[in-house]
Amino acid sequence: MTMNANSAAVRFEGVTKAFGAVVAVDEVSFTVEAGSLVTLLGPSGCGKTTTLRMIAGLEMVTAGRILIGDQDVTSLPATDRDVSMVFQSYALFPHMNVIENVSYGLVVSGMAKPVARERAEEGLTQVGLAGYGNRLPSELSGGQQQRVAVARALVLEPQVLLFDEPLSNLDAKLRRRVREDIRELQQNLHMTSVYVTHDQEEALAVSDRVIVMRNAEIAQEGTPHDLYEWPLDVFVADFVGDANVIRCEITRIDGLEATVRLGGTERRLPHRDLPVGEANLAIRPEAIRLNTEPSATAIAGSVRKAVYLGSHIEYAVDTDIGELFVSDSRDGQAITAGSSVSVTLAERGVVLVRP
Amino acid sequence: MLWIAVGFGGYLLLPWYVADGGFWSLEWLFGGAPLTADYASGLFQGLLHDRPWLLPVGVLLVAPIAVVGRPKADPVFGAALITIGAAGLAYVVGQGFTIGISGWEFPLLEPLLGPTDLRQDGMGYGALLAAAAFLFMVTLGFAARGAIKGDVFVVGSIGLIMALVAVFVFFPVFRILISAVQDNDGSYSFNLFLSKLFDDKIWGVACLTANLRCGVAWNSLLLAILTGISSTLLGLAFALIATRTNFRAKRLLRVLTMLPIITPPFVIGLAVILLFGRAGLVSQSLWDLFGIAPTRWVFGLPGIWFAQTLAFTPIAFLVLIGIVEGVSPAMEEASQTLRATSWQTFSTVSLPLMRPGLANAFLLGFIESLADFGNPLVLGGNFDVLSTEIFFAIVGAQNDQGRAAVLAIVLLAFTLSAFIAQRLWLGRKSYVTVTGKADSGMPVMIPARVKAIVFGTALPWAALTVVVYIIILFGGFVELLGRNNTFTLRHYIDTFGITRGDFGLVFSGLAWNSFFTTISIAAIAAPLTASIGLLTAYILVRQRFVGRNAFEFGTMLSFAIPGTVIGVSYILAFNVPPIEITGTGVILVLSFMFRNMPVGVRAGIASMSQLDASLDEASLTLGANSFTTVRKVILPLLRPAILAALVFSFVRAMTAISAVIFLVSANYDMATSFIIGRVENGDFGQAIAYSSVLILVMMVAILLLQLLVGERRLRRRAGTAAPVPTASTGLAA
Ligand SMILES: Nc1ncnc2c1ncn2[C@@H]1O[C@H](COP(=O)(O)OP(=O)(O)O)[C@@H](O)[C@H]1O
Ligand SMILES: [Mg+2]
Repeated sequence: MTMNANSAAVRFEGVTKAFGAVVAVDEVSFTVEAGSLVTLLGPSGCGKTTTLRMIAGLEMVTAGRILIGDQDVTSLPATDRDVSMVFQSYALFPHMNVIENVSYGLVVSGMAKPVARERAEEGLTQVGLAGYGNRLPSELSGGQQQRVAVARALVLEPQVLLFDEPLSNLDAKLRRRVREDIRELQQNLHMTSVYVTHDQEEALAVSDRVIVMRNAEIAQEGTPHDLYEWPLDVFVADFVGDANVIRCEITRIDGLEATVRLGGTERRLPHRDLPVGEANLAIRPEAIRLNTEPSATAIAGSVRKAVYLGSHIEYAVDTDIGELFVSDSRDGQAITAGSSVSVTLAERGVVLVRP
Repeated sequence: MLWIAVGFGGYLLLPWYVADGGFWSLEWLFGGAPLTADYASGLFQGLLHDRPWLLPVGVLLVAPIAVVGRPKADPVFGAALITIGAAGLAYVVGQGFTIGISGWEFPLLEPLLGPTDLRQDGMGYGALLAAAAFLFMVTLGFAARGAIKGDVFVVGSIGLIMALVAVFVFFPVFRILISAVQDNDGSYSFNLFLSKLFDDKIWGVACLTANLRCGVAWNSLLLAILTGISSTLLGLAFALIATRTNFRAKRLLRVLTMLPIITPPFVIGLAVILLFGRAGLVSQSLWDLFGIAPTRWVFGLPGIWFAQTLAFTPIAFLVLIGIVEGVSPAMEEASQTLRATSWQTFSTVSLPLMRPGLANAFLLGFIESLADFGNPLVLGGNFDVLSTEIFFAIVGAQNDQGRAAVLAIVLLAFTLSAFIAQRLWLGRKSYVTVTGKADSGMPVMIPARVKAIVFGTALPWAALTVVVYIIILFGGFVELLGRNNTFTLRHYIDTFGITRGDFGLVFSGLAWNSFFTTISIAAIAAPLTASIGLLTAYILVRQRFVGRNAFEFGTMLSFAIPGTVIGVSYILAFNVPPIEITGTGVILVLSFMFRNMPVGVRAGIASMSQLDASLDEASLTLGANSFTTVRKVILPLLRPAILAALVFSFVRAMTAISAVIFLVSANYDMATSFIIGRVENGDFGQAIAYSSVLILVMMVAILLLQLLVGERRLRRRAGTAAPVPTASTGLAA
């Protein structure tokens, strides 16, 4: 199998899904470019799975339109859509062996069995499971089962491939490797993919673009870099990576920049359309530097707690501007709890955000 | 558009009416279909045989051709199909009810339209196919309009099941209501209904004030409450022993759970007579040894109560063992770490947690007792209950269908109230707990005090149960148990003798005829029951749609309708056109299907809820439609459940008596009604011999099942094998 020629874009136009009184997805619009991998990221219950299932046709929209390629698929049932899905539980058919599982979709859509088998073998090779065809799913490890599920979805060369938290049943070590495998396969095959996860690190690692969802709506959409560096609001700043959200004051705006007063210090930041007055500042934990020598231009604080984590040290620091969570990966001696420190902020990792 | 072809084909070619030979008769194939009067199809009945009212059916059947070719998503397509289909159904049903075997069915029409000599028989294949075609037009229309994600198969199945339940559950019950307000000439009289309903024979309380009989309704209620309480308490005792003591023979207790499934309930009554009747084994021994004079105590309330408690305790046990196991050991351990003594833990934590289960078991026992027909018939004496009174109102000298209908309504009101109470109050807990997974942790042993009580009641009772079954299995080998205990094979030879005749072996025993009928009827009913039950379960577990709750209620309703009521209602409903099937095997098969359907549904629900829904969804997203998904994914995974549903419907069809006794005919006699007949003749030996053979046959069937299911479990390690569903919830027939 080479590049997937079927890959198609997915478009949501004002899609709403209500379960009785519960609105699971509320007037959501977005586009997934053909051949790209877009992640739906958000806390549990925000409507990611529902969105994914609407692409698959497993849920029908309450209002709005869904397009795959040029075709309006809004009222097409799952069977008739050219979309495959990798389920959280893998959903491998336990009464069929691996090859039967992988060739299932081909066979039910009318392909002759021997041809289907051959294609399934190719698919298995692609996910690195050549020769496992005769095993039952129960005779595979979790990671292998997961790859069978991927192969089963891949061999259909669907227009869109969907993943619903595909890694959540794997242990932490394996998770990292499998997500890299998935990303590589997706890029090699140029497969339009929509990927659901609640793990922000996973989202940043695999995606071309990320759609952050909150309460049935889209909070922000962008590349992983955009989201991390330029979160729009407090929610996104806090959900994508960690952030200290600190009250500050915008004292002046000139051009693209705002002058921000924070504690006793001042600095200039892009104003991001915020008006003069009270504002929120998101500060990444690794953007905070601690120094044991007192300094007039710094904010004074004292270390309340220090946690040694091997690759870095985490501090909780009490300051005038509030409690700060600090991650320090530089070499050097840990600062003991109780020490007085002066706090300075790095150039990167400090942004104004909306409430 | 397959259904247009099928429907019109049926309309054009197959006989519209049931031929004299009965529904299954194929005589029409050679007898001149589709033209001659008897076998003419709908079209030719209309054109050639003076039944012009059948012609519009054909018009409606071809009408949808007008919208063929429109895209499925076009709203006109769906709307047209729904309208035409509904009109067709209404018309077929309407004409069937309006013009009966002797003219107008509704006296009101006579003055309106003038007297008529129009007449028609019960509907046959042609009518059946036409009606099915209309039905599926409607469901196709709904699917096209997007019902259930546009799934034609699922919408069609829902429509089919709803139609079947409407025709074979609701319609008969409705007929009872009608009959109740009719006098014996067929005219309506509400006053008569009221006087029948509040008759002293039903509601009288004379027994409280004088030495007279009370009304049957009070008798039934009293008996049901007593049986409910006693079987619940005994069931609880057994459940506690099985789970909360280190009693050695626990596995034996599990055998108890099999007994009610394979025992026709009246057989217990029979054994009770043989033990405790005036000439019974125990009574005679007491007389010989201690000079205690035998009395007739078993004939009446005490005897029936005793027999019913024996018969239904295993059912309560089955319900309660799930409940007791479901009480999380963690809670009890928590209580003990909070310094509660084991008695305090038991009385303040464990018992209250079991309360819903106890209520459930009580209501089941209550319903079972009300519905029980066999034991009161065998042991009734002067103690009349509703279920037997209904029977005597129909078959006795009275032959008063109106009275039977009124009694049936009273009985139905009782069981339905209990059923609805159970559903409202306990909700769905009852399913979950019966198959629920136990938490980890060691169940806490019950305190010594409780243990003493529990063993003190349960063990003697278990011993009694064992004695009863010994009597059943061996009573057939003696002349007349109690009176004359000499060994004989006479009863078996009388019933199951095979002699060498002029033309080879002859099944000369009296029982063979009914035995073969029973086996074949049960074998036909079993796959049908299992299919409709599992299909319903699939829809209930996997599909969400408007009216799902009503759908569930409708399919489970027949569970609350006592067999006697079903029997009466089927006679009333299906004795006359448009559906004329009394006296055939079909009516037996149908009554089994719809009486046992809830068992299949529950078995299906239990095992299907353990199948991850994403399996179906995976199959759908891989391009399979829902029919293929059911066939290739769900059915193979449910194979154990299917086997179980098959065997249980088979077995229950063999043990049923209450509905059967109304529906048997000379051609189709069933084992159970044959046995009851023997009992009434006083041929206890033959009755017992036959019963033991039945029990053995069923035991073999069940063991075979367990073997098959067990084997599958070993072969598959994934743990996907569904548990063998229990028949805990079945009403004894
Ligand atoms: N079948 C359903 N019926 C009713 N509510 C549902 C159903 N599926 C999801 N919901 C509700 O919709 C919301 C979004 O669910 P979901 O899409 O599964 O969230 P996520 O995948 O982001 O955790 C939740 O509030 C959930 O309770
Ligand atoms: Mg989810």
